[in-house]
Amino acid sequence: MQYPQGAPPALPDRYGGALRVDAAKCVANCDACVPVCPTQAITREPGKRVSLDLGKCIFCAACVEACPAHAITQTGDFRMAARKREDLLLGEPGAEEVRLAGALDAKLKKLFGRSLRLRQVSAGGCNACEADTNVLNTIGWDLGRFGIQFVASPRHADGLLITGAVSRNMELALRKTYDAVPAPKIVIAVGACAIAGGPFIGHPQILNGASAVVPVDLFIPGCPPHPLTILDGLLRWLDRLENSKAQNP
Amino acid sequence: MSSSREFLWLSNGTSVSWAEVPEWSAAEFVSATAAELKRGGRLCAWFGVPENSGTRLVAVIAFDADNTLAVGRSRPVETSYPALTLLQPQAHLFEREVWEQHGLEPKGHPWLKPVRRQNGNQPALGKFFEVAGGEIHEVAVGPVHAGVIEPGHFRFQCNGEEVLHLEIALGYQHRGVEEALAGGPHRATRGQMETVAGDTTIGHVTAYATVFEALAGTEAPLRGQWLRAISLELERLANHTGDLGALAGDVAFLTTAAACGKLRGDFLNLTALICGNRFGRGLISPGGCKKDLEPERSAQLLEKLQAVLADVAEAAEWLWDANSVRARFEVTGKVARQQANEIGLVGVAARASGLVRDVRFDHPAGWHRFAQMPVSTWPDGDVFARARVRSLEIQRAGNFIAEQLAAPPDGGIFEPVGTPAPETLAVALVEGWRGEICHAALTDHAGKFRRYKIVDPSFHNWTGLALAMRGQAISDFPLCNKSFNLSYCGFDL
Repeated sequence: MQYPQGAPPALPDRYGGALRVDAAKCVANCDACVPVCPTQAITREPGKRVSLDLGKCIFCAACVEACPAHAITQTGDFRMAARKREDLLLGEPGAEEVRLAGALDAKLKKLFGRSLRLRQVSAGGCNACEADTNVLNTIGWDLGRFGIQFVASPRHADGLLITGAVSRNMELALRKTYDAVPAPKIVIAVGACAIAGGPFIGHPQILNGASAVVPVDLFIPGCPPHPLTILDGLLRWLDRLENSKAQNP
Repeated sequence: MSSSREFLWLSNGTSVSWAEVPEWSAAEFVSATAAELKRGGRLCAWFGVPENSGTRLVAVIAFDADNTLAVGRSRPVETSYPALTLLQPQAHLFEREVWEQHGLEPKGHPWLKPVRRQNGNQPALGKFFEVAGGEIHEVAVGPVHAGVIEPGHFRFQCNGEEVLHLEIALGYQHRGVEEALAGGPHRATRGQMETVAGDTTIGHVTAYATVFEALAGTEAPLRGQWLRAISLELERLANHTGDLGALAGDVAFLTTAAACGKLRGDFLNLTALICGNRFGRGLISPGGCKKDLEPERSAQLLEKLQAVLADVAEAAEWLWDANSVRARFEVTGKVARQQANEIGLVGVAARASGLVRDVRFDHPAGWHRFAQMPVSTWPDGDVFARARVRSLEIQRAGNFIAEQLAAPPDGGIFEPVGTPAPETLAVALVEGWRGEICHAALTDHAGKFRRYKIVDPSFHNWTGLALAMRGQAISDFPLCNKSFNLSYCGFDL
C-alpha cells in the first residue's frame, strides 16, 4: 500500500464518508432531520441553528435523505479524527465540517511519534470496530511500519485504544486496565459507541462511551470507522502525515 | 407423546396468534417440552414472558427433519418450576437466563448462577466450579485478553498442562439489547439489530426484518430477499476466511494466516461495494433492502468475487497440504456427535461433529425457499473438522453467490411494511456464519414489542468450547477457541 506517501486505497462509490452541515441552507423552523436520527445526534433548538454531533453519528444517512434543503450532505471524506469532543459538532459558521486532529505536543510526539504501543480494550463493542482495527495489522495495511503495535499487556503499553459503549459490566476492567498503563499515557476512542454510546446511547446498561471512565485524547468517528479512517487518525495525531499527499488528498 | 396437547406448528419466518399457542401448567409444560426434544426436537429458544404477577415460559422447538418449528407456553408461573435441564441438558443456559431475567427458579438445576447480571461495575460471576486436590491449580484469564478481541472470563481447572474443566463466565459486553427493544420498534432499533453482533450484521438484521415482516403479515420483495441471501453468504465468506487465517496463525502457519487476513478484508470490501459499508450496515431493513445490486455492479461484484475466491482456495490448499498443520488440528478439541446433540450445538460446530443442521437447508425462508446449497459436514468434531467445514462452506458460498448473480429476480428491492399485528408471536431463524440465529417477537395489544428474544448461535455453542477443552493441554486453548470463534456481545446482548 502506497499510502500515506501515495494515494489512499480507493473507496467504494457508495461509501458516504464524513457529514457536512450547511446550516445556512436550512429551511426556517424545519427540523425534519431531528426525529429520523436513530442516535439523537441532531438537535435544533427553536430559533437556533441545527447541530449535528459526528461523534454520535452511526452514518445511516437518514438525515441526508430527510433534509429538504440539502443542508446535510456526505462528503465522501474518510478523514474524521478529532482531538476535542467539540470538534465533532457540526453546524455553526466555520464549523460545517469536522475540525481534524492536529499533532500531539512536542514532548508526547517525541515519546510516541515513532513508537506507539497500544492495549486494545473492547468494552461493550460489537466486534466491528475491533475487526477493522485488527485489519490494520494485516499485510496490506501493515501498521507495524509506522512503529504502532498492539501489545498483550497494559504494562507494555503507552495507551489504550477503546471500542464499545462501555457497558457497566466493563467499567471496572476498563479502569483497571487504564490504571495499569504507565504514565504518560494516551487514550483513543474508536467508533460511535466509544465516543458517545452509538446505537445504545442513553441506555441504562452502558456509560455512553469511554469518556465516562477515562480521559480521551483522540476521537475517531464511524460505525465502524473504515480502517483508513482509523489509520489517518493515528498518523495525523502522531504527526506522521507531514509532507505527504495524505494530509489533504 | 406424554401430553394430550400438541405444540403449535409453524414455519420459519411466519407468525401465529398468541392466543392460539397451547398452554400447560409449568410442570406439564416442562415434560411436554422434554418429550418433544426427546423425539428429535431441538431447543431454539426458551424464554419468559411476564404476565400479571407471574411469567409464562415459552419454548421454540425445531424439528429439522420435518422442516417445522413448534411453539408452546406455560401458564404464568410465580416462583419456581421443575428444571427442564435435568431431562435435557441443552436447556441449561436458557433456564439460568430465565431465572436471572424473571426470577423463576428451575428446581433441581445443577448449576444455577447468573449469566450476565451486574455486580456493581462488573458482572456477577458467582462461584466457579472447583476441582479439589493437591496437584490441581486454577488459571484465570480475562476479561481483558491479549489480542484485539472482546472481553470474557475463562476459569481453568488444571492438573499440570491438562485441563480438567473450563468454566466460561461472560456478561461483560451486556448492553441491554432485549430491554431496549421493549415497546419497540423504536427509531434506534435497526441500528441496534445491526450491532447485536457486529460481525454478523447481515444475519441478525435479516432475522429482525423477517420477524417484523411476519408480524406485519407481509414479506420483502423477491429481489430484496435475493440480495439478503447474497449478502449473508458474503458475510460468511469474510468470517470463515478470517477464521481459517486465525487458525493457521495459531499453529504458526504464517503464509495462510497472512493471506487470509488480507482476503477477509477483500470480502468485506465486496459487501461495501453493494452498500458502502464493509459490514453491511444500512443495507437491510424491514421491507427489503435499501441499496440495489444493479447489473453493472453485479458484474463488478462477480469479477472481484472470482478473483478473491481463487486466492482463498490457494491459501486453503497450503493449509491442507501441510503435515504440520494437520498434526496440530487433528484430534485437538474433540466434541463427539452425541455430546454435540445433547448440548444443542448449532452451525459450524454442530456440522463439524457430524450433525446435519443448517437453517438454510432445514428451515428455508426468504430466498432459500428457491435456492439451496448442500450442507457441509465433517464427522470428527475436532479443530480439523471445524476448519474443514469452514473451508467447504467457503467453496459452496462462493458457488451460491455466483449462481444467484447469474439469475437475478426482477422487480423492486423494497416495499414499506405495515404495522405489526397485535398479540402475535413471530419466529425467524437465519443461518448466520456461526450458526443458527433465532429472533422471536411477541407484540402487545397495540402491535408494539411486548417481548423480543434473541438467541445468538454463541449462546448454544460456548458450552461446546468448554467441553472441547476437557483433557486438552491448556496451551491448546487459543486454537480451540479460534476453531469455535464465538461472539461475546451476541451472547451478552
